[in-house]
Order: sequence, then C-alpha cells, then structure tokens
Amino acid sequence: MLSPELMLLLTILVPACAVPAILATGFSANLREGVTITASLLLIVLVSSLYGTVDDGTIVRLAGPELFPGLSLNFSIEPLGMLFSLVAGYLWLVTTVYAIGYMRGHDEDNQTRFYACFAIAISSVMGIAFADNLFTLFIFYEVLTLSTYPLVTHAGTQKAKLGGRVYLGVLLTTSVLFLLLAIIGTWYTAGTLDFAAGGIFPADTPTVVTGSLLVLFIFGIGKAAIMPFHRWLPAAMVAPTPVSALLHAVAVVKAGVFTVMKVCVYIFGLDLLNRLPTTDVMLYLAAATVLIASIVAMRQDNLKARLAYSTVSQLGYITIGALLATSAGVVGGSMHIAMHAFGKITLFFCAGAIMVAAHKTEISQMRGLGWQMPITMTAFFIGSLSIIGLPPTGGTWGKWFLMTGALDAGQWPIMAVLMLSSLLNIAYLLPIPLRAFFSGPSPQGPLRIKEAPLPSLLALSVTAIGCLVLFFLTNPLYRLATAIL
Amino acid sequence: MNILGLYNYWIVIILILIGFFIVIAHENLIKKLVGLTIFQTAVFFFYISVGKIKGATAPILDDRWQLYSNPLAHCLILTAIVVGISTTALGLALVVRIQEAYGSIEEDEIQTQDTQDQLECQLEAYGPRKQFLTKRI
Amino acid sequence: MTAHLPVLQVIVPLLAAPLCLFLRIPRLVSIFAILVSFAAFLISCGLLSQVLNHGTLIYEMGGWAAPWGIEYRIDLLNGYLLLLITGVSTVVLVAAQSSISRELPENRHTFFYTAYLLCLTGLLGILATGDAFNLFVFLEISALSSYTLIALGNDRRALTASYQYLIMGTIGATFIIIGVGLMYMMTGTLNMHDLAQRLPEIYKSKTVLSAFGFFIVGVCLKLALFPLHLWLPNAYAFAPSIATAFLAATSTKVAVYVLIRYIFSIFGIEFVTTSIPLSEIFLGLGLAGIFAASINAIYQLNIKRLFAYSSVAQIGYMILGLAIGTQLGLTATLLHMFNHALMKGALFLAIGAVVYRISSSQLNHLAGLGKKMPWTMAAIVTGGLSLIGVPLTVGFVSKWYLVVALLDKGWWPVAVLVLLSSLLAVVYVWRLVEWIYFTPPRIILDEVEEAPLSQLIPIWLLVLANLYFGVDTRLTVGVSKLAAQSLFGVTP
Repeated sequence: MLSPELMLLLTILVPACAVPAILATGFSANLREGVTITASLLLIVLVSSLYGTVDDGTIVRLAGPELFPGLSLNFSIEPLGMLFSLVAGYLWLVTTVYAIGYMRGHDEDNQTRFYACFAIAISSVMGIAFADNLFTLFIFYEVLTLSTYPLVTHAGTQKAKLGGRVYLGVLLTTSVLFLLLAIIGTWYTAGTLDFAAGGIFPADTPTVVTGSLLVLFIFGIGKAAIMPFHRWLPAAMVAPTPVSALLHAVAVVKAGVFTVMKVCVYIFGLDLLNRLPTTDVMLYLAAATVLIASIVAMRQDNLKARLAYSTVSQLGYITIGALLATSAGVVGGSMHIAMHAFGKITLFFCAGAIMVAAHKTEISQMRGLGWQMPITMTAFFIGSLSIIGLPPTGGTWGKWFLMTGALDAGQWPIMAVLMLSSLLNIAYLLPIPLRAFFSGPSPQGPLRIKEAPLPSLLALSVTAIGCLVLFFLTNPLYRLATAIL
Repeated sequence: MNILGLYNYWIVIILILIGFFIVIAHENLIKKLVGLTIFQTAVFFFYISVGKIKGATAPILDDRWQLYSNPLAHCLILTAIVVGISTTALGLALVVRIQEAYGSIEEDEIQTQDTQDQLECQLEAYGPRKQFLTKRI
Repeated sequence: MTAHLPVLQVIVPLLAAPLCLFLRIPRLVSIFAILVSFAAFLISCGLLSQVLNHGTLIYEMGGWAAPWGIEYRIDLLNGYLLLLITGVSTVVLVAAQSSISRELPENRHTFFYTAYLLCLTGLLGILATGDAFNLFVFLEISALSSYTLIALGNDRRALTASYQYLIMGTIGATFIIIGVGLMYMMTGTLNMHDLAQRLPEIYKSKTVLSAFGFFIVGVCLKLALFPLHLWLPNAYAFAPSIATAFLAATSTKVAVYVLIRYIFSIFGIEFVTTSIPLSEIFLGLGLAGIFAASINAIYQLNIKRLFAYSSVAQIGYMILGLAIGTQLGLTATLLHMFNHALMKGALFLAIGAVVYRISSSQLNHLAGLGKKMPWTMAAIVTGGLSLIGVPLTVGFVSKWYLVVALLDKGWWPVAVLVLLSSLLAVVYVWRLVEWIYFTPPRIILDEVEEAPLSQLIPIWLLVLANLYFGVDTRLTVGVSKLAAQSLFGVTP
C-alpha cells in the first residue's frame, strides 16, 4: 500500500505523466486513447483511496519546493478539495470515453494535442484541489487557464480564435489584475497564504483592507463567472463538446467556485465574512448573476449557449453559498459543486450527441428529435431535473441546503432569488426534452433510431444514472461537505 | 569670480552647442558626423583646460620648475581622442556602406526608401485593406 | 593565479579577439570563441564564489595603489552580473556558428567573432572596473563593437540602424565623460570608492549636481530608457540574430548596472533623492516606457522588432524598481535584470533558429510553423509566457517582487498599472501564438524542418533556465537581496 503523501503526489503526476505518453503515442489513435483511459482509471483509484484518509481524519501534507522565502508549493488533503478531486477524477474517465466517440465521429484534426492538453488541465485541477496555500492554488489556476486555451481554439477557425481571445482575455485579465493583486495584498497584510480554518487575517486588520480584498478576490476569480466577468464562458463554447462538458461545466468553472469557497472559508473565515460590509454587496451581485443569466439563457436558441448561461447562473448559486457565511450555505454550496457537475455534464454530453448524430445545434430544430434519439433525450430530461433541483435527482440536495443556509442567515431576498431562479430553470430546460418527445412533426413511417456512437451514448447514460444515484447515496458527499467546517 | 574670466568654459559650451545642433539639424549623414566630432572635441578642450594651470609646465621633475599642470587630465584625453577617432572612422565607414546600399546619404531620402520597404511588408501581411492598422514608421 | 582572476576576466577575451583574425578558418574561430567565452564563465564562477566567501575583491592594476592606479573591484553586484553575462554569452556562441553561416557571407565570420569578443570584453570591463574613466573606455569598446555587430546584418536597414545607434551612443558616452570630468574637477579622483568618500562634503555644489545630470542622461541614452529608446528597435531588428540575442540579453543590463553603480555606490541614494526628484522622473518615464513600448510591440509585423519593443518595456520595469528607492525595489530590479536576460536570450535565439530555417522574421511567415518546428516554437511560447509573468517562470518571480516592493512603498495604483501592463504583454505574445499554431501557412513550408541541434540545445538551455529559476529562486533572490543590502549598507 502506498503512503497517502505519495498518492497525493501521484494524483497530480499521473495525468501530467500521461502528457508525454500521449504525445509519444500520437501516431496510433488506439494507443493514445488507451494511455488516456489508463491514466484516468489510475486517477480514480488514487482519489478513491484518498477518500479514506479524510474519513479517518488523518492529516496528509506534502511540502514542495520553496519558490520565495515563506511561499512553497505545498499540498494537503482537506474535505472540500477531496470532494472536488473526486468529481473531476471520476468524470475524466467518463468524458474520455465520450470524447473517443465524439472526436472520431466528428473526424477532428489535432486529436493528439486535444488529449494532451486535456491531461494537463486535469493535472492542474488536481493541483488546485489539493493546494495547501493560495499561492499554490494560483499557480495551478493559471496553468489551467493556459492549458485549456488550445482546447477552446481547437477548430482553428476565425470564430474559434475570437472565442479563444475572449476566453484568455477575460480569465487572464481578472486573474492577473485582481486575483494576483489580492493575493499579494493578502500576503502583505497577513504575512501568510496558508489555508487555515477560521481565516488568516490578524484581528486588527482594518475592515477597509479586508473588505476591498474580498471584492478583489470575487472579481479576480474570473472562473467563477460572476457578472460582469462571465463573457468567457459562452465564448468558450466554440470548443469541441467534450471540452465544454468536462472543462466548462465541471473542471474550470468548478475550479473557480472552489477557489471562492476556499478563500471564503480558509482565508477570510466565516466570522470575518459576516462582519464585512462588502460581503452583502458581493452576495447580491451573485444573486443578480443568477437571475440575469437565467433570463439570458431563456433567449438562447443555440443549445450550447443556453447551457453555458445556465452554468453561469448555477455558479452564482455556489458563490452565494460561500458568501452566505453560514454552515448550511457552505454545505449546500459544496454539495452543489458535485451535483451540478453531474447534471450539467449530462446535458452537455447530450448536446454533443445530438450534434454528432443529428447535426443539430439549435433548439428550434429539435422538435420531435426524441423519437430518433430516445436515450439521449431521456438522459437530457434527467439532467434537467437535476439542474432544476427536483427529486429524485441529486440536484435536490444542493438546493435544499442552500435554501436552509439563506434562511439561517436571514437573507429573505436571496431565498426569493433561489426560488425564482428554479422556476426560470424549469422554463428554459424542460421544454427541450418535452418538445423533443411531444411536439413537432410526428414520426413518419417506421421509427428510425439514430443515436450517437456507442462510447458517447454509454458515457451520457452513466452520468444520467449518476444523477439519480446521487439522490439516494448522498451520504459520502454530505459527510465531506459537513467536515469542511 | 568674473564671468568672462572663465572664458575657456564658455568656448567649450558654445562648441558643444554648435556640435549638438549640427547633429540634430542636418540631414546629411557626413555633416552629422562632423557635428559629432565638434561635440566630442569640445569635451576634450574642457578636460585639457581643467588640467591646465596658468604659468605651469608639464610635470618634469627639475629644480627650475615649481608649478606643474595636472597631467592626468591630459592623459585621459589621449585615450578619449583615440576613442573619438575610432568612432568617427566607424561612422564614416558606415556612411560609405549606406551610400552603396541606398545611393544616398541624405537622411530623408533614406527614410523614404525604408518606409517603402515597410509598406510592402504590411501589404504582404494584411493585404491592402488593413494598412491603417499599422503605424507609419 | 586566483589572485589575478579579476583582471583575467577582462583580459582573456580582450587578447582573444585579435587572435581570431589570425585563425581565419570560420569553424576554428567559432570553437575558439566558445572556449574563450567559457573560460570567462569559469573565471566569473571563481570570482563569485570568492566574493561570497571572502567579501569584496580589490585588484590593483599593475600594482599601482588605488587612487593613482586603476582598481578593479568585484563585489556581489558585479560578480553576479559577470556570471550572468559570461554564461549567456557562452550559450549564445554555441548557437552562433550555424546561425551566422546562413546570415553572413563566409568572409565576414571572423570579423563577427572578433567584434563579439570585443563587445564581451567591453561589457565585462564595465562591470569589473572600479574607475570612472576606465568605465567610459570599456563602454566605448563595447559600443563600437556592437555598432559593428549590428552593421553586419544583411538587410541594408542594418546600416542605418547602426549609424543611428552610433550617433545616439556617442552622444550618450560623451555626456558621461562630461559628468566624469566635472566630478574630477571637484574631487581630483576618478576612483569610484574615493569619489564616494569625497562627494558628501560637496553635495551642495552645483557642479556635482550638473555632473549627475549629465551622467543620468548619458546612461539613460545607453540603456534605451523611454523616450531615449529610438535607436533600439531598429538596431535589434536588423542585426544578425545572434548579435541581437547577445545584445538584448546583456548590453542594456550592463547599462542598468552602470546606473545603479553611480546612484548607489558613488553619489549615494541620499544625494540622489534629495537633490533632484529622480524618483518621480524614473516613475513617470518607467511607466510611460512600459505602456508606450508594449503598445508599440502589439503593432509590429517583424517579430524581432516586436521583442525589441518589449525589451524597451522591460527596461521600464527595471527603472520602476529603482524609482521605488527602497531595498525591496532594488532587489526587484536586480532580479529582473537577471531574469530578463534569460527570457530575451531564449527568445532571440529561437527567433534566430526561425530565421535560419525560413530566412524571414516576418510575423505572417510564422503561420503554421507550430507543426514544422515544434521545439523552437514551444521555446518561443515559453519565453513569451515568461515575459507575461506566468507562474513557474522567471517573469513571475520578477513581477511578484516588483509588486510587493510597490505595495510596501504604498504605491497601490502603480502596482495595478504594472499588472495591467502585463496584460499588454499577453496581447503581443498571443498574437504570436495565434499565428504560429492556429493559422494556415502563408509561405511554402514543405522543406522546413526543426532547427539543428546546435541551436536547439542552447535555446532549450535558456528556456529551462527560465523555468528552473522560476521555481528555485534561492540563487537569484538570495544574491539580489544581499547585493541590494550591501548597496544600501554602503551609503548611510
């Protein structure tokens, strides 16, 4: 049995080491994808066995090289990071299976680059999840941005390049201009960047400083897509669907909200957060993001664009959870990280499957599609339920705790926003599968079922079932989420 | 102190300004070098006059002389003269090569030819439509 | 032998330069030049370790005691830079042979190496010497040889660029000797250490002030501080690629060194900050330079020019560190000098490899090269990332220290501007990335292949140095801190 420290290191190294292997086996598609699958299987084994250490409460810490005096690349395992790495680790395998079907079905170029960059992105996600200080987290945060850029511009068309510019522009601008400044400011005020329960700011730090640092952090974490810095997410939709699915519904955006969570819980601490005047401002901004993004989503006809705006809105939920600064809020926010991941990845998988099998991207073209792609559309229906937060899907729990958190904090407006937004979710998601089955041209002649390639179909079924299973088997996630505080 | 008593410095300042003006104002590359040489020579004068003491001689150790000029300043200027000459020589060599390459030693004519080259590059890179995007060199 | 290291540092390349002319056979000359440069590198290693162990080294030239004779004085600051310059020079020379074989006619190779070694001599001399006038002489040796190096470029614009540089450089150098002359008038000494001791008595004198003024303007011309940078972009763009790589990595750093030496070791920071508003001037010019040059870089079509403008911007960062006027600020400047040399060395060498293969440094000709020359292009991208200041590269280390120094001084808005300016770097680097990887080729690339190993190895040595010193900062930060401390320690 490996020591937990070594396994921790391996979670980052396994995907990273897959990169040269993928590049070297680029000549043969089967070999290359075999390498990716092996790596993702290994990763699942690693994160699953690490789960035990959190359950036992053992402290696992790994000291890396010291970059500047007092600032090192350190890693440790704590519940929130464990949860994030579990989600990303499991979904990497599923997405890889899906990508094989999608990329071959689409006959894409530069597939070696695609798989290599994907592995770098996963490696940096693991780095983010297990970072022991803000500095380490920032480094991997930037690596994630850069490694996903080639994935966004994968197509190489003018449109892809423009999308890539917006993507990189927004993410780098926010992270360099605000986040880095906030980190250096924190380092300068607090003298440390290590995550610590209850926050790291000395008690006598002026509120002006901590208050403005909070604003800088929330805006600086562009990956959390708080308006007005959300434009990169719809722009990133030019990427191939597996990228949109794993990275822009799970890994990248969740890295953003995860960082928000970490900063709120371990840098500021809930007590300090409760006292800061800017917390409420940011909270209402997040609430506005939730509503506005939902309304914008309703008006999108392109399926991926609608899902993108839906993601923006759902990310707002998690930010709200962190900023409510109550324990139920944090639990709800972190559970929503996992639940939304499963729901949204299912929806994106379906969108990609429709694109590959029926070559349709606009929602208005999808009437009656249900009879042609029944499995896909059923999965879409389940995914929608999870996003909306209706039983029997996992999404229910996240929203439940978020609402409890809002009640605990006495934030009635936030409560109202959450309710209203759920209604909006219903309005923009449910019509898609319903119309696919019950309206449009009725099938003429014998039903011709034409689903996406088998690997893709398999992947989307797995995640859809995952949404259902998570409703019943919430306990491990709940234990992790409650262990955060 | 009498202002005119320091006439050597005034001469130096005037020569420096003349040299400097020629370097800036003239288009002809040779004339620029002439200006540069005047400018440098003025500085040599400055050093030499700093080291000179009225009525003193070179530092020859002999009972007949009591007052010596500072020889160090003069030695320094020997070095500086060597440097100045090499600069002028290199500059003149460059002007010869420029004349061979451009067929002119007038700065504005050379500039016109260079701008032409630059425009061709832009045309190749962007096509005629996007020229406005790039700055004139 | 070890006692003579300070002088050997300068004399070895100086004697080797004319020897090149006798060797004649290009291949032989190239190997000889590499050996000489490597010897200089070893000497500088020896010097730095001696300085670290025993403190400042003083060497009296020809046995003449200091105020009369010329003294070489090696302390931490110049020991550190000697190591950097000789190291970069050696790495660059390894790539030189194949690169110049494509860019220069055979009969000029020997001259190239002669000029290169003379330039190296000049730069090392500037660093090693402890005598103000001697510094001027070495400044001119390095300047004259770099005019020659630039004029060797095969575009005719190289000639005008060299001429322009010659005019500006000579004016700068002459300003410096005016400054030296005025100081000599007042103190009767040329030895830096002596000057530092005699100047405080006459701080109030107008002559000292004007000496300082002449001096600053002269050096700023040499280091291409905005708005005195006009000579630099053309000079870098049209010189042979190897010369550009060498000059970009070393010569401006040495000019910054001269500035630091005069401000801190001769005049003393107290005089500098109380007599004229130098801090404000440097702050303004540094920021203006960063922004103006970065914006200019965005519009360049020639990648050599693009990175030349970026060099002007990077000099702005170094000057900004000086403007802060604290120990932390100086540390940031020293760090950036080292780090920028690594970045620009790697970038210009990689561009040299591109020119070697496609005989062009036009931006649009780079299209599609990502597949043809993957290693070279990866080097350019890594260098670019370092320029932006992405974590795990040296650029991040410099930027971090600069921002911390700015916050420490309480200059929040400037810190924001510095971070904002690195976004401009993102724009010009990303323009490059889009051309390289996401645009179909504009010219026929069928016969283009990866650069030869003799170029790839030096390029990647520097790229890896960029990454290594981005993670392990013990040497760079440690030495910069100590050097900054000692510079502040000398002057009360």
